[in-house]
Amino acid sequence: MIALLVRDLKLAMRAGGGFGLGLAFFLIVVTLVPFGVGPKSSLLAAIAPGILWLGALLACLLSLDRIFALDWEDGSLDLLATAPLPMEAIVSVKALAHWATTGLPLVVAAPIFGLLLNLPVEGYKPLILSLILGTPALSVIGTFGAALTVGLKRGGLLLSLLVLPLYVPTLIFGAEMARRGVAGLDNTTPMLMLAGITCGTIALLPFASAAALRVNLR
Amino acid sequence: MVMAISVSDLSVARGGIKVLEGISFTLASGQALVLRGPNGIGKTTLLRTIAGLQPPISGKVEATPESIVYAGHTDGLKATLSVLENLNFWAQVFGNKDISGAMKQYELTTLADRPAGALSAGQKRRLGLARLLVTGRLVWVLDEPTVSLDRDAVAMFAGAVRAHLGQGGSALMATHIDLGLDEAAILDVAPYRAKAPEPDDFDGVFL
Repeated sequence: MIALLVRDLKLAMRAGGGFGLGLAFFLIVVTLVPFGVGPKSSLLAAIAPGILWLGALLACLLSLDRIFALDWEDGSLDLLATAPLPMEAIVSVKALAHWATTGLPLVVAAPIFGLLLNLPVEGYKPLILSLILGTPALSVIGTFGAALTVGLKRGGLLLSLLVLPLYVPTLIFGAEMARRGVAGLDNTTPMLMLAGITCGTIALLPFASAAALRVNLR
Repeated sequence: MVMAISVSDLSVARGGIKVLEGISFTLASGQALVLRGPNGIGKTTLLRTIAGLQPPISGKVEATPESIVYAGHTDGLKATLSVLENLNFWAQVFGNKDISGAMKQYELTTLADRPAGALSAGQKRRLGLARLLVTGRLVWVLDEPTVSLDRDAVAMFAGAVRAHLGQGGSALMATHIDLGLDEAAILDVAPYRAKAPEPDDFDGVFL
């Protein structure tokens, strides 16, 4: 399992691996927003948590179809399926690798991007905390979507349509947690909901993803 | 003699259509069996079913659990990883460490640091076959293992299979060419072609 994780991280770092792609996309979205809504700093501060969350979500979406598609194309998915690793472990490791190469960099970069949107000082901690809690769910749900659409030519669009509705709860509670933090309100409830969603998806969805993959490999 | 695979009355389907039915054979350790048959007869489907990638329609496949390693039309190589990294990865997945024997068998030592994407088709296939050696598994299930191999490489492969059989392993492969493995039994799957099902009612015609 560690070998698979190391391989996936290595592949992401090598040429054409897509590491940093999500981050660059996130940066572009965040810098485009002031051009769209105007440079008024009070307005930007008000919408910053929501924009940062949306940006993170879209950046995450961008790299989802690579999770299984590349392995499926070159046949390694077949070989992994017959290897002594349980399919549930394979999808969990894949989701972890996706998070480490997409979600984690977003969390780390979010404070810098918050600066671009004039995020109030007291908003940084809840924003980062909400992203840490929420982005694993994005990767796990996305892995499920990728498992459903593996083997489809141009499955990326279908994947987005399948996955985006499933992202709604995470987005609602994640953005709400960050927003309440900015406004100086108590954000325990959305934080607990967000953490609950993440834990629930991590616990349950690998089984669904593994079942979907098995069907798709037939 | 220890049974490596025992297949009884197996029927397999591709894309929902039954392609082969009523296949039975046994493969003992130390034996090789070559599947023959025209294109589209269902050799790949049969091998994938035996490897456990898809369920059979009926009948059963009995094999020692965790004894089968499958190699299909594609080699499962990552273009940006080197030959060594690719092989090391599969060795680790199967819980092995030593890959030098496999590198030597398929003459990959001089290519060790080259990215797999820069290999020729035949070299890629050799790397794919070297993977079988590092898995340490006893039953090889191979689909067209010699595609794009030159004559020397085919001899390398035949040598690897012979050594594998000598160590108590067994091999089941679909191939069209003569490997020079005289000890291998041949099974022609053409007689097992599935008959079109008789529609049992009016609606059945349209299904």
